[in-house]
Amino acid sequence: MHIDWQHFTPWSSLAGGVMLGLAAALFVLLNGRILGISGILGGLRLREHGTRGGDRAWRVSFLLGLLAAPLLWMAGEGWGLAQPGLMSDAMVIDADWGMLIVAGLLVGLGTRYGAGCTSGHGVCGLSRLSPRSLVATMAFMGAGFATVYVLRHIV
Amino acid sequence: MTKLATMTLPQRLSEFTVGLLFGLGLILSGMTDPRKVLGFLDLAGDWDPSLALVMGGAIAVGVLAFALAKRRGSSLLGSPLHLPTNTRLDRRLILGSLAFGIGWGMAGLCPGPAMVSMAAGQGKALLFVLAMLAGMRLFDFLERQTQRRIKEN
Repeated sequence: MHIDWQHFTPWSSLAGGVMLGLAAALFVLLNGRILGISGILGGLRLREHGTRGGDRAWRVSFLLGLLAAPLLWMAGEGWGLAQPGLMSDAMVIDADWGMLIVAGLLVGLGTRYGAGCTSGHGVCGLSRLSPRSLVATMAFMGAGFATVYVLRHIV
Repeated sequence: MTKLATMTLPQRLSEFTVGLLFGLGLILSGMTDPRKVLGFLDLAGDWDPSLALVMGGAIAVGVLAFALAKRRGSSLLGSPLHLPTNTRLDRRLILGSLAFGIGWGMAGLCPGPAMVSMAAGQGKALLFVLAMLAGMRLFDFLERQTQRRIKEN
């Protein structure tokens, strides 16, 4: 193993991680819910079914906040709080269109069957000490390591 | 303001703020940078361990919060705790998570960062999100088929 010290960002990654943990903490303590993006998104219905309403509004509020984050970040760049262009420069997607469509389908289908993604299983599930989330996290991390190995070192 | 709105306004504000904080955390941590994510998943190449610190930082805070939430038993804004009750380690969990991991390794994007990237105006992220939503709808469709088959038998 060779560590890429040049791209290693211990402090911003740790600080960002603490923010993710704080968001998950606030969500369960204030709203009583698990912060899991695939579950929040996958459970969103355009029309509410049945008599038990109120399952859509909380998802929409959360997702609007999530979508507002890059806009606030860009505003912050304008106010001189962050280096301009740093965020958008660091969002470059190298995968081609065909690859992105297949990857997106796999992520959508897989996170629904597996009932969680990096946030729901990886952050909240491991924080709850859930054996199910530990198994899921090992499975998707393992598959991620294997996929990158195949795509970068074999194909 | 209606009675219903005054009752749910604190919850809506809290959800929005939590979403915002989570999105900012994703950007600051480097999770919205597919090159960084793939650099972490590339154990055999130049390995960037940053994302291990993202998970470590998040879980360190999360462990305390979930322990506290379980002890309290209800949320501060009044709604009950909605915690998962499923404890099965079944094929769905494992195969689903494996499929997710393959997609994650192909694009370097998972659901949250993909949404943030899309909102930042990355066209390719929009394509990924549309495919992801299609995958989620496909799951709903397949689930309905399975339920119908169970009912018929």
